[in-house]
Formats: sequence, C-alpha cells, structure tokens
Amino acid sequence: MSLLATQALAKAFGENRAVNSVDFTVKQGEVLALIGSNGAGKTTLVNLISGLYRPDSGSIVFEERDVTRQSSYGRIKAGIARSFQIVNLFDQLSCLDNVALSIFSREGKTLKLAALASRDRAVWEEAQGVLQQFGLDGKAAIPAGGISHGERKLLDVAVAYALRPKLLFLDEPTSGVSTREKAPIMDIVSAIVRSGGITVVIIEHDMDIVFRYSERIVVMHQGAILADGSPDEIRRNDEVTTTLIGTHVTGEPAFENENHAGH
Amino acid sequence: MTMEKHRPLLRTLAWVIPVAIALLAAPHVVGPFQTLTLLYGLVFGIAVLGFNLLLGYTGLLSFGHSAYFGAGAYTVAFMVKYFKVASMELFLAGSVLISVIISLLFGVVCVRYTKIFFGILTLALSQVLWSLAFKFFWVTGGTDGLRVPTPSLLGAAPLADKMEFLAFQYYYYVLAVFTVCVIVMWVIVHSPFGKALQAIRDNETRAEFIGIRIRRYRLIAFVVSGAFAGLAGALWAPLNGLATPDVLVWTFSGEIVFMAVLGGFNSFIGPIVGAVAFTYLKTYAVGFTVYWQLLLGTVLVVLVLALPKGIMGMVELLVAKVRRSR
Amino acid sequence: MEFLFIHGLNALLYSSVLFLIAGGLSLIYGVMRILNLAHGSLYAIGAYVTAWSIGAAAAAGAPNAVLLLLLPAGAIAAAAVGAVLEPTLLRPFYKRPEEYQLLVTFGLLMILEDMLHVIWGPNPLSAGTVYQYFGSVTIGPARYPTYNLAVIVVGIIAALFLWAFIYRTRFGVVLRATSQNMRMASALGVNVNRIYIQAFTIGCFMAGLGGAIVVPGQSAVLGMGVDALILAFVVVVIGGLGSLEGAFAGALIVGFVREAGVALFPEVELAVLYLIAAIVLFVRPAGLFGRA
Repeated sequence: MSLLATQALAKAFGENRAVNSVDFTVKQGEVLALIGSNGAGKTTLVNLISGLYRPDSGSIVFEERDVTRQSSYGRIKAGIARSFQIVNLFDQLSCLDNVALSIFSREGKTLKLAALASRDRAVWEEAQGVLQQFGLDGKAAIPAGGISHGERKLLDVAVAYALRPKLLFLDEPTSGVSTREKAPIMDIVSAIVRSGGITVVIIEHDMDIVFRYSERIVVMHQGAILADGSPDEIRRNDEVTTTLIGTHVTGEPAFENENHAGH
Repeated sequence: MTMEKHRPLLRTLAWVIPVAIALLAAPHVVGPFQTLTLLYGLVFGIAVLGFNLLLGYTGLLSFGHSAYFGAGAYTVAFMVKYFKVASMELFLAGSVLISVIISLLFGVVCVRYTKIFFGILTLALSQVLWSLAFKFFWVTGGTDGLRVPTPSLLGAAPLADKMEFLAFQYYYYVLAVFTVCVIVMWVIVHSPFGKALQAIRDNETRAEFIGIRIRRYRLIAFVVSGAFAGLAGALWAPLNGLATPDVLVWTFSGEIVFMAVLGGFNSFIGPIVGAVAFTYLKTYAVGFTVYWQLLLGTVLVVLVLALPKGIMGMVELLVAKVRRSR
Repeated sequence: MEFLFIHGLNALLYSSVLFLIAGGLSLIYGVMRILNLAHGSLYAIGAYVTAWSIGAAAAAGAPNAVLLLLLPAGAIAAAAVGAVLEPTLLRPFYKRPEEYQLLVTFGLLMILEDMLHVIWGPNPLSAGTVYQYFGSVTIGPARYPTYNLAVIVVGIIAALFLWAFIYRTRFGVVLRATSQNMRMASALGVNVNRIYIQAFTIGCFMAGLGGAIVVPGQSAVLGMGVDALILAFVVVVIGGLGSLEGAFAGALIVGFVREAGVALFPEVELAVLYLIAAIVLFVRPAGLFGRA
C-alpha cells in the first residue's frame, strides 16, 4: 500500500524541466533514499510534495487522498513534514523553543494569546524528550543560532520530527557536516525514525550513508527517475554507475572506477 | 533552594518595585509640568508597546502606525462633537473598536508583504487617512483640529482645575490603564501565539513548514498592535485637549519607530523606556532650540549606527559587565 | 477648450518635476536597493541653493543671462551632498537588515530639513526674477508662462537623456548589471562602491534639479522636502520601484490626477492619490513597470 504516489508530476523553471513527468511512490514504513547528481530534480520533487512549489501538471496522492491542490499547511496537517538542506531554524529562539513550537503547532495551540506558553508542561516535557533523543538536551536553553553546524542539522530534523509526521523528508541531513560527524548523525536519525515507525525519504549525496541506511533507493537524473530498487540492485545497475560517474557507488575511491571504465 | 528558583523573578522585582513606587509617587513629588511630560510618555509607551509586537516580535516594520493612534484620537473628538459623549470609558471602547476595524482593513492588505513593501504600504495607507483629515476640514476641523474637553473618569465628573485634573486624577487613571496594557502585552508575548510570532520573525519558511499560517498570524498581530495604538490615541486626546492631523501624518509614525529603536526593540520594556525617553528628549529639545529636529535626527542616526539595540541594549551590556566582574 | 489645454500643461509641468524627483528615487532604489526617505530633502536643497544663488546674484546686479546660468546650481549642490552622504552614512548599512536604512534615512531627513532652517532661516526664498524674465506666451485667448513650458521641456530632455544614459552607454550597462546582481557584477570586476556612489549622486542630482527648476515658479519653503517625498513615493509605487519607465508613467498619472483633482474636486485630490497608490500596491505590488 503506497503512502504517497505522484503521477506524471512536472515542474519547469523557464526552459529547465526540473521535474519531468515523475511517477514516484513511497510505501508505508520504508526508509527510502533519493539520489542523483546536482540538478537531477530531487529537491524540486520534495518541494513539490511538501507544498513549497505548485506543480505545472500531474498529481500527488497521499494516503489515497489527492493533495495536489492543497497548500503546504494542508499537507503538514495531513502528516507530511520535511527538514531543509540549508538549515532553517528559529535562530533567536532556544533549541527547546524550536522543538516546542512544532509541538504547539501540531496540537493546534499556536493561536492561544491569552495563556502563558510556559504553563503547558506537557509540551515542554515532550520537547525536552525530543531533544534528548537527538542528543541535544545539553543545548536546550541555547539559541539555535549558537550551536555547531552538525547540531543545527540535527535540530532541523528534530523540529520536523516533533510534528510526529507520517511521512518525513530529510533534505541532505548531513550536508556540510564533517565525515566524522555524519555517521553519528545518521545513527540518531535512523534509530528515531525506525522506533517511531515513520516513513522516511532521505535526499543524500554521500553514497556510504545511502547504502548503509536505506532500504530502497530511487535514482533521479535530469528530472526523471532513472532507477528504483534495493541497494544491491542499484549497486549492480550499470546505467546508474555510468550516469553518476565520480560518485562512490561501489563505496570505493573514485579514481579506481576509471580503471573499470572499459565496459 | 527556592531562592535559586525564583532568582529571575526577584531580579525583575528589584527594578519593577522602585519604578512602580516612583510612578505612583510622581504627581506628589514633582510639579505638574513634569507629571504631564511623564503622562505623555506613558501614553506613547502604550502605543509603542503595541507597535513593537509587530517589529520586535513579528519582524515587521510599520511606518504607518500614526493611522491607528490618530484614529483613536479622532474617534474621541467625534464622540464629543457629534454624540456629546463625555465618558472616558466610552471613549476607550469606541477608539479601540474603530482602530481595530481600520487596522483589520489595512492589515489585510499589508500583511501580504514584508520588509520595504510592507513599510511603504503602511505609510501610504496612513497618508490616506491623514489627507482625509486634512482636507475634509468641515468634518475634522482641518489643521485647527477638534477640541477634546476633559472627560469623566469612571463616572466622576472632572475637576474644574484642568491642570490639577490632568496631573492627578487623569494621571492615575492612565497609569492604571497603562499597567493593564503592559500585563496584557506581556501575556500575549509569552503565549504560544507570541512564540509563533517570533518563529515567523526568525524564519518565515520554517514557520510555514511547521504548520503556521503566517499571514493569519501577522494579521492578528497587526490588529492587536493597532488596538494598542488606538487606545493610546484615545488617552492622548483629552491630555492634548485637541485632535489634529499632526497625529496622523507619516512623520509621527516615524517618531513611533524612533521611540522603539531608542528604547531597544529587542526587549519587552525597551519600547516603553524609549517612549518615555523620547518624550523627555523631545520636550527638552523643543524647549532648548528651535532646531530640535536636527538634534533628534542626529540622535537617531547615531543610535542606528552605534547603538542599534537602544537604551535597553546598553543596559544589558552594563549588567553583563557588572556580573562578569563579580 | 483652453481650460483643458491650460490644465493639461499644468499637469505636464507638475509631472516634469515629479519625474525628476521620483526618477532619482527610483534609480537609487533600482541600483542600490535603498529607499532614501531623505530624498525629498535633496529636492529642497536644490530649490534653496538655486533660489539663494539667484537671489544673491540678482541683488549684486547680475544680468539675466547669468541668473539663468545659475539655475543648475541647486542640482550640483544636491549632487555634492549626495556624494558625501553615501559613503559616510549609507554604506555602513548595506549589509544590515533593510529596516535600518529606513531608520537612518529618516534621521537624515530630520537633519537635512533643519539644516535648511539653520542656513536659510524660516522665511521662503524665491527666484521670481527668472520667472518673470521668461514672460508669457499666448495660447489661444489665454496667456501661459513661458517658463512653465521650459520646465516641461527640461523634464522631457531629462527623461530622454536618462534613458539614453542607462540603456545606451557602457556605464549604463554596468549600472544595470550591478542593480540586477551586485555580487555577480563585483565578481566580474565591477567596483561596486564606485557604482553606488555614482548612482546615488545622479539620483540626488535629479532631485536637486527638480527643486532648482521649480523654484522660480514657487518659493523655496521649509517642509517642501517632506511634501515632495510623499508625492515621489506615490509616483514610484504606481510606476514601480526601480524602473525609469515607471517613474515616467507614474509621474504622468500623478500629475494628471492631481491636476484634475485640483481643478474639479480639491478636497479629495490627495486622498485619491494615496488611495491609488494603496490599490496599486495591493493589486500589483511591483507597480506598473517594476519587478518586485
């Protein structure tokens, strides 16, 4: 049963057909990696699904309901959430506040003007709990603008996670993070999402991460889906290897690939 | 252990109590001129407190707040002229109602934009009101304005001696309203709604993506902000004795912004401090030199160049320094 | 018939001056993304300097030809002031949030308005001798001041000159490139600081020229800058911030609407203008020709 399905989804920016008639499906409970070179259309696809962009044509069906016409607000309320490639946080507010805001919003409490936010213990306890899961509880009182880049990437995911979505898109959750920090970040993220049973789609460039953490891989190229399968299938797919030359598809250093180029 | 937990509260009380005592004692300690200056400061303080909900907390710089302040003032004048009303409570109710309606109307248009376009739009709309007040002089009294006599407070008729009435009865009345306004705004700012506004200020996109409909929230903030300004305008009218177009013109909106920046728009009490400080600054500048605009303009430029966090910003720096040297 | 003609000419006169002021404001915004609230004060500086120099020269017995040559004095003075202001008071704010520029230019407005008061006192200055020198021309049964026609001509020449300057010269290309993508232009070797100061100076020159040519017909008075700013505002809002065609179209619209208002419904004239501005902002915030 597919949780999300797009049909002939398309978006062009002038001449550039960023997403070109894409049929993309996500199954309930899976952990899916969306890969492709820069400009392949991954982020555009996520932007279309999360509601940041309006499609030129095609449809998006979530939980058997057509959400194509819905605004981002509607989709978030339906259960789609996302983190951002370029970290998007409430920099002047504390880390705890950042997560708490997601919870307040989720509970529909953000329009309350006549009550003190600090009195809602349940929200703050849950927020503290989420920070703990992400290993950020030491930074609870620190403004989001004042923590390290790796911590910000984690917080960005935490804010989306706190919405308790059904479908979570993580846009390059480890970009800009040192190689040493990547695995720990992904360990935290995958532990959390697996425990919550959330369906996750991760956009990633780091192939080690992709092969280690995903159950299914969708490869995009020039706005269309090039391949779709398990990590093993993708690893053995020649078309994918040749299109993504230079990336660590086999997990081995790039320069060694050139020796195998005589196919 | 309870001392530790309540330290922030004790710290706040450490300055709130002396200030409260000073405000309560003022009319008995200083002369009527000083009291009236302080009174103007408090009235503008309410307006700037409301204004800062938009600037400091929602990140929107309105250059047209004179519209709501002026609407409040003129509502009082019209109630006097056309409906022979003399009750301050009715004035307050009427002004808040009218300024809410106008800020709703203007707000719906303005909150679709941000930054410079928002500022320009608020300015243009306030000028519409100003030009109406200016031109329809047979209704609004034009540049001569409309007289606003002393009102009855809570049913009690005003004293015959206007100065005495203003410096005592009216002063305490306004102080009470001011206190209520401060408490109300404090609650709003510390409510989930207040947090949502700050989220919108910090990152509009993210706020949207956690399910906050930013335009709606901005509009609510806009209307609350306008209501505070309208209330302040109503309190100002009997104090000034006259409602004139000067209180609708865009340069007055600029003064409101100045007050917020002077006090520090990043803090809760900054706007109030700025309003009182600006009132004193302007009163003395006007008394000191005919070129008071030059003086104030220079203060603003220096402020923005060197002390963008205003008076409260400076206070915070000093407090931090004192704390570190301990 | 003459009614329409005379009012039409008045409208064009008003539009000419408005175009100079608004064009300058729009140019500055277009290149630098700065909305200069003190722009009207530069118009006032133009008016005061021209009125003063013509007055002083006339008192010294200078012939009319010399007085005429002194007309652009105000424009040059305004440009000079602009050239000093940009690097000192505006440059520190380019990297800061937009709101701070509104604040600093508002402070500047207060300073400049009072500087005029300090230097020239509270009384109006006029350069009426120049106006009278031009005499009047006969149009049908009516007589119309020739000077006004000269102003209209100046406005048209300025528009053409500016258009050519921006679209037909190399400097204009650099200017447009910088306005569209400052970082890119900088990366390509453009001295952005120099472009900024030049653009700002040209914008101030235009405002000053507006003041300079208007002053023979009406005196230079305190507060004229503030009034002019708000009208220039309406023009750029209608026409589109940052667009020269917009300033031109906006100036024409405002000129004609205002003249129609003054002639037919004086009470609502101003309110209608602000309302049009608000409606345009609501319907098409970029204005007729602007790009948001």
